[in-house]
Amino acid sequence: MKDLNEDFYRHISSEFNEELEALRRSTLEMGGLVEEQLASALKFFASQDSFLLSDIEDIEQKINASEIDLDDQVESLIVRRQPIASDLRLVLAVSKIVRDLERMGDELEKVGTLSLKSFDSSDDVGITEIQRIAEQVAKMLSESLTAFARLDINLAKDIFERERKVDKVYQSALRSLATFMIEDPRNIGRVLNIVWIARSLERVGDHATNIAEYVIYLVQGVDVRHPSVNENSFT
Amino acid sequence: MQLAERSQMVQTTNTLDARVIPDSTLGQIFADNPRMKARNVDVFYADKHAVDNISLDIGSGQVISFIGPSGCGKSTFLRCLNRMNDTIESCRVSGDIMIDDQNIYDSSIDVVLLRARVGMVFQKPNPFPKSIFDNVAYGPRIHGLATTKVELDQIVETSLQRAGLWEEVKDRLNQPGTGLSGGQQQRLCIARAIAVSPEVILMDEPCSALDPIATAKIEELISELREQYTLVIVTHSMQQAARVSDRTAYFHLGKLIEVGDTKQVFTNPLHALTQDYITGRFG
Repeated sequence: MKDLNEDFYRHISSEFNEELEALRRSTLEMGGLVEEQLASALKFFASQDSFLLSDIEDIEQKINASEIDLDDQVESLIVRRQPIASDLRLVLAVSKIVRDLERMGDELEKVGTLSLKSFDSSDDVGITEIQRIAEQVAKMLSESLTAFARLDINLAKDIFERERKVDKVYQSALRSLATFMIEDPRNIGRVLNIVWIARSLERVGDHATNIAEYVIYLVQGVDVRHPSVNENSFT
Repeated sequence: MQLAERSQMVQTTNTLDARVIPDSTLGQIFADNPRMKARNVDVFYADKHAVDNISLDIGSGQVISFIGPSGCGKSTFLRCLNRMNDTIESCRVSGDIMIDDQNIYDSSIDVVLLRARVGMVFQKPNPFPKSIFDNVAYGPRIHGLATTKVELDQIVETSLQRAGLWEEVKDRLNQPGTGLSGGQQQRLCIARAIAVSPEVILMDEPCSALDPIATAKIEELISELREQYTLVIVTHSMQQAARVSDRTAYFHLGKLIEVGDTKQVFTNPLHALTQDYITGRFG
């Protein structure tokens, strides 16, 4: 698959090559913004420095701007180049990846807002659980973007495995958080917020899995979503 | 469970890695309900091997597009389907081409009748220097398809209607066909082709001399004709092939590289050569 990466830039039209390159670069930059958001959240969980949470909010604005810019690039490529075959798959994949990245931004914004209400330095209720999920999800996100950058389907497939791990970590976090509520009902309000944080982080992982699915579609033209309903597999 | 299923759907190899001409055509050369069948067809112009061992079914009631760079053999192969190459002295055709299980190169075949069954529309509209009416009536007359003037009028009107030209010319049927616009002339040629009730219509770049509106009208016509006829179209426009055809065949250096459902060919071509051509990459 090593030459597929260069293959995008073998068009006779050099402008078309540049537009596709810009599209991939912008997508990776948008992904980088989501990574920054998640990194800020991770730093906050470690330091409880609430200044980091305002970062998350600021980055969310940039993510929204990226979404608009990338949608515009996609539209322009469709109108002006009528991409087909792998070019079409790239444009479609990006259009979907952008949506998932934007959703991740929204989820992480929620994580920021709820974290401010839920954590303080007086105790460490729930912090370990959330950190464990966030670390796993950060790996998934970074690997999904790497898989997209390198068009690496093996890495993309690894992400499906990671998603199952995150599900387990998430389930065990929920059990552990329940014990805080059982121990002292005065914790319930706060712990419920922490459950929502866990839920949002887990959703970020799901979006990363979607990106991995689009990478496989992009490279091989196979739709691997929803295997139970999808008989569209190529022979 | 989901994971295992999902992994299974992922191919382990990808044909895009190789840019060599495959030994045999990739994809599906057979059609469920073939109207014409070509088997191991070779065409030589003197020493030049223009078509190299091509086998392909032309599905009944379908539109199939032939695409490929200039000199790839697509037009030559198209012209074999109604023996238009017979007139070229140095041209030699071998292999079998069947229409409804009858070999069209058989000595018992009347070429004139064959060309009524397998009609043709050319790149440049070529109406006869006759009236609009006579252009369409010519074929039915020589084949004796009408016994009365009323019947002939009926055939001309129906053919012009099917070709989407009737409303535009019904009041000037006696004027010369060459006086029409390019797009109208091309539709007149299509009307002329369908006047003899062919089974198959071959079109060699039917829109390359037309503007976008005239092209859109011909494409609309193609999709209507598909219901009654089998169509084979040679085109240089990828978008046109993608828009109008059910199947697409990619030719390269006289070989049929790949043939498949149009959607598959244009979203996930099997061969790197097909991909390079349709996406405008350096070969």
